[in-house]
Amino acid sequence: MATTRRPTRELQRAANAVTDKALAGENPADLRRLLREMLLIRRFEERAGEQYALGKIGGFCHLYIGQEAVAVGAMAALTPGDRIFCSYREHGQALARGMSPRAVMAELFGRATGCSGGKGGSMHLFDAEKGFLGGHAIVGGHIPLVAGSAFAIKYKGESGVAVGFFGEAAVNNGAFHEALNMAALWKLPAIFICENNRYGMGTALERASAIWDVAARACSYDMPAETVDGMEVLAVRDAVARAAQRGREEKTPTLLEIRTYRFMGHSMSDPIHGHYRTKEEVENQKQRDPLVTFRKRLEDARMLDQEQWQAMEADVNAEVEDAIRFAEESPDPDPAELFTHVTSG
Amino acid sequence: MATLTYRDALNQALREEMRRDSRVFLMGEEVGVYQGAYKVSRGLLEEFGPMRVVDTPITELGFAGVGVGAAMAGLVPVIEFMTWNFALLALDQIVNSAAKILYMSGGQVPMPIVFRGPGGAALQLGAQHSQSFESWLGNVPGLKVVTPATPADAKGLLKSAIRDGNPVVFIEGEMLYNLKGEVPDGEHLVPLGVAEVKRAGTDVTLVAHAKMVAVALRAAEELARDGINAEVVDPRTIRPLDVATIAASVKKTNRCVVVEEGWPQFGIGAQVAYDIQHTCFDDLDAPILRVSGADVPMPYNKQLEKLAKPDAAKVAAAARQVLYRS
Repeated sequence: MATTRRPTRELQRAANAVTDKALAGENPADLRRLLREMLLIRRFEERAGEQYALGKIGGFCHLYIGQEAVAVGAMAALTPGDRIFCSYREHGQALARGMSPRAVMAELFGRATGCSGGKGGSMHLFDAEKGFLGGHAIVGGHIPLVAGSAFAIKYKGESGVAVGFFGEAAVNNGAFHEALNMAALWKLPAIFICENNRYGMGTALERASAIWDVAARACSYDMPAETVDGMEVLAVRDAVARAAQRGREEKTPTLLEIRTYRFMGHSMSDPIHGHYRTKEEVENQKQRDPLVTFRKRLEDARMLDQEQWQAMEADVNAEVEDAIRFAEESPDPDPAELFTHVTSG
Repeated sequence: MATLTYRDALNQALREEMRRDSRVFLMGEEVGVYQGAYKVSRGLLEEFGPMRVVDTPITELGFAGVGVGAAMAGLVPVIEFMTWNFALLALDQIVNSAAKILYMSGGQVPMPIVFRGPGGAALQLGAQHSQSFESWLGNVPGLKVVTPATPADAKGLLKSAIRDGNPVVFIEGEMLYNLKGEVPDGEHLVPLGVAEVKRAGTDVTLVAHAKMVAVALRAAEELARDGINAEVVDPRTIRPLDVATIAASVKKTNRCVVVEEGWPQFGIGAQVAYDIQHTCFDDLDAPILRVSGADVPMPYNKQLEKLAKPDAAKVAAAARQVLYRS
């Protein structure tokens, strides 16, 4: 079990040393499913970006392109009884959790058929039945909710884990530290997943954080931690599985720093590169595109042939087209919905 | 009827609800081993154990969020703030999380949670420990805001708050914990959103909540010596506000003074005065007056602090003014 607290330089080496995991022993159909989920998120997000440009999607829209391996790998290691909390960049997690592209796209369109009835929007996707307890849009604000949900799991004697996704910019925030302290103090079954995509909006990690290894933050709370290659879907899956096992069996929390990169701007209003990062950097990172590299690995291992890939692409494209059509054709919420769900009962 | 302190009435409410519903738990600073900073939770750790009476680190933001997350996972948390002054650190969780998640989720995720603790000034605690935030919190859709003035209301309202199924801000008073009063025996529930006429009268309506109810009642006694019969209406719940009961009183007396411990600007009095002019415009015989805390941070000096707080004399003077008898 690769759970350690190591000095900064060693952690960096560990992250850089993550190489292709042998595919031997893996079920090809499962791996193709992971590839398909990443492809679905990629196509969904590309088309969401287009719909935003067309004015069909309003507000803020934070795309997940480049980070697909994190959501897909993580969800592959979780079970239906687990509870998921996300930041506002959560379209990928929602789809990977099995929420229908129709319900997610309709929510982006603000329609009554959306997963939050059109009242949440891109940043507030919910599906209580799937344990998907929201996109939350205050940086770090949902991290204590993860601890609280883990507290409830322990309180009720359930076997699940509570999982929170947040960016590396959240780890300088008090909510992060307060939550991790309590989770470790009370031994709660929580997995804190920091998606380190290097930038909090336009501020590089190095310009915001006194230490650059997010995983090292766990030392403060005597919490197991790992640094994980977030461009490698199986590395993510396996790290989350280890953390989930620790949560379920030992009722202890884990901090995972999953190093990834967003290929798009912070939101639709932010250019892909500009003042805070260069075109060269983005292009360089794209060499490790998690979708492209995983597809190639499956092809090299003869687990995916051209025909299967083309069928997968056609299938995914049709699913996303269907989601857009569904969203377009769905009605706005009834005006009476303005005043429903303010309080219950 | 038993005579109980406000503190013990709250303790009974917590104990009864925790016995009734295993999902209910209490969390906050010093609620367990220390038995509560103000002893509201006395004996609960011994009866319910450390999983249901949870001592927290001093992290208002963090443990308020833990409460929200627990509520989202099916528990009914009662989150104690040692005082509401400290809860400012938790406003993000109260306002951005608790108050909004039901709505943002399109009704999928209920938020049964109570945030409770003392608000308002005590004695010479200085500017950072002497504040009333019910008007701030009453501004937020999705929250309910409850401010009990008596032991009976404290018990009945807290039990209702715990059962309400919504985020309830429950503001007690440091100076009220020792207040004694009769509390009905057995199951005693006071519905949220229902005002109570604490003293019936005919000449002027005094609207007062929380600690100010006692101030208004003292003012009413003083006024009675001058032959003025004041009616004291206690909204009990700031949000939802029982405008109908207040309006019924003003339609009878035609005059109104609103008393609050907090600051005047955009306060409870501002809201109540709006509601009265809206519902009772043709019934008013005098402009509505407000008696509030002074529009300053609370000073430490005893004399200055007294000047900053509403008292019976100030309320009585305002009542005489709306009766044109000053």
